[in-house]
Amino acid sequence: MSAPAVAPPAQAQPPRLEDPPAPRARRRRTKLPYWLIIPAIVVVVVGTGYPLIWQFVTSFREYGLAQQFGQPAPFVGLQNYSEMLTDTGFWAIVLKSVVFCLVTAGVSMVLGIALALVMKNVGKALRLTLQIAMLLAWAMPIVAYMTVWTWLFDDRNGVINYLLSLIPGVDMIGHDWLINPWSFFAVASIIIIWYSVPFIAFSAYAGFTQVSDEVVEAAQLDGATGFQMTRRIILPIVKPVLSIVFLLQLIWDLRVFAQIQLLQDAGSFGSQYDLLGTYIYKLGTGSQDFGLAATASIVVMVLTLGLSWVYVRQLMKEDEQS
Amino acid sequence: MNLAKKSPAARAGWATIAVIATLAWAFPVYWMVNSSFLPGSTLEQLTPTFLPFGGSLSNFEAALSDGTFLRALGMSAAITFLTLIVCIAFAFLAALAISRFRFRGRKQFVLAVLVIQMIPAEALFIAQYKMIAGFGLLNTVVGVSLIYTATVIPFTIWMLRGFVAGIPAELEEAAMVDGLSRNQAFMRITFPLLAPGLVASGVYAFLQAWNEFAVALILLPDGSKATLPLWLRGFLQDSAVNTTNWGEVMAASTLVAVPVIVFFMFVQGRMTQGLVGGAVKG
Repeated sequence: MSAPAVAPPAQAQPPRLEDPPAPRARRRRTKLPYWLIIPAIVVVVVGTGYPLIWQFVTSFREYGLAQQFGQPAPFVGLQNYSEMLTDTGFWAIVLKSVVFCLVTAGVSMVLGIALALVMKNVGKALRLTLQIAMLLAWAMPIVAYMTVWTWLFDDRNGVINYLLSLIPGVDMIGHDWLINPWSFFAVASIIIIWYSVPFIAFSAYAGFTQVSDEVVEAAQLDGATGFQMTRRIILPIVKPVLSIVFLLQLIWDLRVFAQIQLLQDAGSFGSQYDLLGTYIYKLGTGSQDFGLAATASIVVMVLTLGLSWVYVRQLMKEDEQS
Repeated sequence: MNLAKKSPAARAGWATIAVIATLAWAFPVYWMVNSSFLPGSTLEQLTPTFLPFGGSLSNFEAALSDGTFLRALGMSAAITFLTLIVCIAFAFLAALAISRFRFRGRKQFVLAVLVIQMIPAEALFIAQYKMIAGFGLLNTVVGVSLIYTATVIPFTIWMLRGFVAGIPAELEEAAMVDGLSRNQAFMRITFPLLAPGLVASGVYAFLQAWNEFAVALILLPDGSKATLPLWLRGFLQDSAVNTTNWGEVMAASTLVAVPVIVFFMFVQGRMTQGLVGGAVKG
């Protein structure tokens, strides 16, 4: 399933060793490549670059409501940063976001790998139905799956409360999952896990199919048990894929915004239901303090870019090889 | 392969897990479609109705006859179309540059492409709001499309790079030996081979723009300019304060989701490969 109907296997091209290092390079000097990249650069500079710089500069300014009505925004040095970093509320949000991210990404990875193992160990028909189910989930637009899950968790008519109430002695009808912050985040986590697992499972499964039958048979002849096989032979082979996927999950789950915002729309809002994304959004739109919002954004950006660096380096290596 | 060597018990165990997982992942999608056919009175029963018997298309009719849906559809279509066209055109040129030329600054450009897509959109949207408001482009198709294009273009370049690199330059060179000019060789030989790549990246851009929520929320504060995701969100907000007609919401969600699901099936493999790169060798 990992090879779509439309694509030629572009990256699967074997390196040709006898060729010089840059076989496809045009030898003569030309300005053409620069003309080719200029349009993309212009769009990115305007749409991303300028806001980035504005954000950075504003994080050193006092930029509240008065400034939005035309008052000059004075530079205040590191005042926003010291205010932010000494605010226990902010640290509570950071801590919550990091824990939420680790738990959600961790559980997603475990389930994703487990389901990749399931795909590997069942017959073709079962594997295909499972893969189709996962593709359906993965293909859902974010707002669409959030409305469905809100409906599933609905306090009165939701299927989840109905099914739980079938257990003898349990009556969940009318239970609102979105009021208690712990269960609010548990619901958010379940939804994000449901959405993330397909990508992990497909990537891990693609990794598993790389393990050649010969290797497996050789290990079996040497008397390896199933567990030894998984740990010593299969895991090392799929480790590169899994580490990249895990990194992406961490990056995505740390900056989760839409799911939290939409759950707040459906049920509860208030600072105890915030993670970093919604916290920044409220700082900017609600309390209109752009200076502090910019500072918080820069902090989040530093956190994510730190995480991303490993990933980017990996992809750069791949670019050099092609 | 090693299926035959497993004991019947182990095989039954794996099969059971597979069935449970299939149900768990398909059920929410099934539930959306199922509920969309059922009337509100049925959905308000304490016992859920698991099959759409006695269902009708009236929820779809209600959603479609609502002028706000069509308006949101128009906004979404316009924004998606503009993003897609600009994105593909510009990304294609840039991908050509990095996979067919070695030039000074190339490495820095590739690095920038990769780093930029890692910048969390959430960390930028206050500044983007300020900037778009400054341009006088709040509540406009152009304003949102500009931000979408800037966000989507790095990954599109990365995806197309793989496709262009997969077509050997020798093909073009051979055609040039046979007397075609470089432009002719490119247009007649390379470009047709690139069509699948352009389609795949186009679908990727489509999906991003069609599904996007956070930027639209900030840049389209006027309710009459809502895109489909924002329009759907309105139902969620209603559900917090009064009883929701879930049948209609699910019909609306289905309408938003179906084109996405269809297109997604096309590019899934390609997207995975772009994301995890050479770690999975196809």
